Amino acid sequence: MSVFIAIVWRELRRAWSSGGLLMPIAFFLLVAILFPFAIGPDGRLLARVGGGVIWAAALLAALLPVERLVTPDAESGMLDQFAARGLSDSLVAAAKMVGHWLGFAPALLVATLAAAALLHLPGNTLVPLLAGLAIGTPGLAALGVATAALVAGLRGAGALAGLVMLPFAVPLLIFGAGASGDQPGAFKLLAAVSLLLVAGCPFVAGAAIRMGRS
Amino acid sequence: MSAGLSFADVACVRGGRSLFEGLRFALGPGEAALVTGPNGAGKSSLIRIAAGLLPPATGRVAGDGARALLAETAALDPELGLAAAVRFWARIDGHAAAVEAALATVGLEKLAQVPVRLLSTGQRRRAGFARVIASGAPVWLLDEPANGLDAGSVRTLETLIADHRSGGGIALVATHLPIALPHAQEVRL
Repeated sequence: MSVFIAIVWRELRRAWSSGGLLMPIAFFLLVAILFPFAIGPDGRLLARVGGGVIWAAALLAALLPVERLVTPDAESGMLDQFAARGLSDSLVAAAKMVGHWLGFAPALLVATLAAAALLHLPGNTLVPLLAGLAIGTPGLAALGVATAALVAGLRGAGALAGLVMLPFAVPLLIFGAGASGDQPGAFKLLAAVSLLLVAGCPFVAGAAIRMGRS
Repeated sequence: MSAGLSFADVACVRGGRSLFEGLRFALGPGEAALVTGPNGAGKSSLIRIAAGLLPPATGRVAGDGARALLAETAALDPELGLAAAVRFWARIDGHAAAVEAALATVGLEKLAQVPVRLLSTGQRRRAGFARVIASGAPVWLLDEPANGLDAGSVRTLETLIADHRSGGGIALVATHLPIALPHAQEVRL
C-alpha cells in the first residue's frame, strides 16, 4: 500500500512540477474562449451548447499529457524497477491513474467555473455539470493511462494516442453532456461507463506494459 | 542473511531466435557468477530473466531474498536531486535511511543535491549502483556495471561487490569488460 501511495505521490509531483498541470488547464480554457468567438455572442445558443463544449474541451485537455505518462518511465527503466520488486504492472498502472486524476481533475473543476461563465451557462446547470465532470474524469484519467501504455515507445505516439483514446471516450462524452443537460438518467450511465473504465484500464495498461517489455 | 539464486535448464528465445538453452547454475550466500559472451549472446536477457522481467522459454528460476537490478539505465527521476531520486527507491525498499551512506560509498556524496539530469554517464552509473546498495537486497543483478566507469571506479565496484559477498550477498554480473570477481562461477554464453 505504501508503494502505491509513493507512486501516486510521484505522479502528482511530476504533473505539478513539469508544467503538466498548467498546459491542459490553459488549453481547456482556450477552447472555452474560442467557442463564443466561433458561434457568436448569442447567450441562449451558448448556454444550450455550453455543457457539451465543456465536456469536449475536458476530453481534449485530458489527452494532452498522455505522452508523458508512461513513455519516459519505460525508457528510463522505472517500470522495470517496479517489476523487479515484484509489483504487478497493473498495480503500477492503477497508481498512475490515481496520480494522473489528482493531477488534472481538481484544477479542471476549478477552471470549469471560469469556462461556464465564458459560455454563459445558467447557474442551475453548473452543479450537474461539475458533478458530471467529477464522476467522468476518473474514467478519462484511466483511459489516458491505458492509451499511454498502449502507444508507449511508438513513433508518432501523440497523434496515435488521440486515435486510440477518443473513440473509447465517446460514451463518457455522450452521457456527460447529457447529465449536464436535463437528463438525470444520464448520471447513472456516466457513472457506469466511468466505473467500467476505471476497473478495466489498469489491466489493459498492465498488459501493454508487459508486452512492451518482451 | 539468507540468499539464493538458481537457474534450472533455463532457455531464452528472443524474436524467434534461441539465445541459450539448458543453462543451469546455483548461487548460495557469498557466491558470485560472471556472465560473459560476445555482443548479442543474451547476457542482458539472462539478467532480465533473473530479475523476473522476462519469462524463461523453458526451465525455472528460483531464489531466496530480494533482488536488486542494475540495468542499462539508472532509473532515477532526472529532474530530482540525486539523493531524493535514490531515496524514492530506498523508501519503497524500506531503507530510506541508507541513502546517504550509499552515496558516500560510491563517492557521490558531494553531488547529493545536483539534479540527476546534470550527471555524467559514469556518475549516473554510480548513482544506479547507490540505488542497488541502498535497496539492502541480498541478490545483486548487475548488467554491464563497468560501462562508462573510469579505472578507479571499476576498482571501487570490485571492492563493493567483494564486501557485499563477504556479508553473505550474491552477485550475478554480466559484463564484456574485465571485472575481478574472485572465485566466481563463470557462465559463458
